[in-house]
Amino acid sequence: MKPIVAGVGMTKVGEQWSKSLKDLALEASLEAIDSSNLIPEVVVFSNMMSGRLQAQDHLGTLLVDELGLRGLPAVRVEAACASGGAAFHVAYNMIKSGLYNIALVVGAEKMSDTSTEQTTTALMTAEDREYTGFYGASFVSLNALAHRLYMERFNVSEEEMASLAVLSHENGINNPFAMYRKKISIKEVLESPYVADPIHLLEAAPTSDGAAAVILASEEVVKSKSYAVSVEASTMATDTIRYYEREDLLTFESAKKAFANAISASKIEKTQIDIIELHDAFTIVGYLTLESTNIVERGKAAKLIANNKFSLSDKPSVNTMGGLKSRGHPIGATGLFQIAEIYLQLTNNAGKNQVDNAKVGVAFNVGGVGTTTSVSVLKRR
Amino acid sequence: MSESVPRYWRENKVRERLIGSKCENCGKITFPPRKVCPYCKSKKLTEVELPKEGKLLSYSIVRKPPAEFEKYAPYAIGIIALENGVNIISQLTDVDLKDIKIGMALEGIVRKYREEGEEGLIHYGIKFRPKLK
Repeated sequence: MKPIVAGVGMTKVGEQWSKSLKDLALEASLEAIDSSNLIPEVVVFSNMMSGRLQAQDHLGTLLVDELGLRGLPAVRVEAACASGGAAFHVAYNMIKSGLYNIALVVGAEKMSDTSTEQTTTALMTAEDREYTGFYGASFVSLNALAHRLYMERFNVSEEEMASLAVLSHENGINNPFAMYRKKISIKEVLESPYVADPIHLLEAAPTSDGAAAVILASEEVVKSKSYAVSVEASTMATDTIRYYEREDLLTFESAKKAFANAISASKIEKTQIDIIELHDAFTIVGYLTLESTNIVERGKAAKLIANNKFSLSDKPSVNTMGGLKSRGHPIGATGLFQIAEIYLQLTNNAGKNQVDNAKVGVAFNVGGVGTTTSVSVLKRR
Repeated sequence: MSESVPRYWRENKVRERLIGSKCENCGKITFPPRKVCPYCKSKKLTEVELPKEGKLLSYSIVRKPPAEFEKYAPYAIGIIALENGVNIISQLTDVDLKDIKIGMALEGIVRKYREEGEEGLIHYGIKFRPKLK
């Protein structure tokens, strides 16, 4: 029994001054419900920071009430930036278990209600407050530690490190939901100010507002092949909460484990993968994640992308709708945007960015510095 | 964000003296102290004080800090490999940001991290500076 993606919904990503967290979640959810022609039996809400940014929790019930579905079971799932993938994992297991037939998974985050400093503080809750936050580390600076070490150990240039940001922006131009639909050059990236050296502003995905939703259904209720995409695997793995404790600071063990488990559960060969959605909150996260698959050698991901590999005409293509960098990174929504974007590709609805004959897509949603990774494998039926 | 006095006090000894835990079964040392050894799952762990000298593994300069560190930016943070092989994170001090280099020898001293304003706590902890010859 494979859960089926029966519909998706996305809001535009950006600074949405006129819309609340609830408005965004509602918009994406209604679109997913309408496109699926199904009424959910359970709701899983992904969000990281509403308690701090909006002083609002209890999001599952908040949304169910607004949807006019009072009475449904509803729960909120949080796993830092991997919240979306984690919520998808929970809903996947709900359907897979046979206890539910139709689940709405929605991710939403609203980051423009607070100052940059307040949001920066909230993002640091992804690490251990007492032993990393105490020392004044920002979340970007933790990733910058990995970024610098990667450059040093594998002899990678600044220009090469910037390449994934350039690739994501190139693809994001044609994504109507993306926050920044414009090309950027290596030069522009390197001339942008440091947020936390050596990470430049244009190497970091922008904080933003947005929501994405997916309807997952059991094969029993969606027998028709017009529901074209199945979930072949949904896995998760974790690593030390404190990045500094890793034996190897340049291996994302959580991504390695989750990916290996996803490959064995889905029985899909790596060579069958057409699309990989990387979690490029920072370019370094994208490179270390890609290397965790062994599709590329260690230390080579940035160099290959700098040499124009993984473009829309390659197999696999990476970040086909702009990734986090161009689409934007509304934290709790990101993992579901990745899944919705793969869905567009597998159903031939990706417009100008359509990857020819795309059959298999894999999303990596990463929380912390490779601390929690969720992997989702989607396939055209 | 202000912290409650008990919350600060609970961790104070560990942060100011660098107290880790050593597993009596497999010998691995971790910082901060743990109740269960992440390597062999033993629950027989004892507290040990960590050395205050080590080498810089990697570093970053925080330019956009969390709200409570706003007035201190820019400042450097780094991962330090202590002499006994245990890694910790800390701020770097007494060094020009331009002169920081991977591999440099460092030593830890107790320094102020931040003040919570007129009436709040003053946070202290270990910072690392270039080792004095």
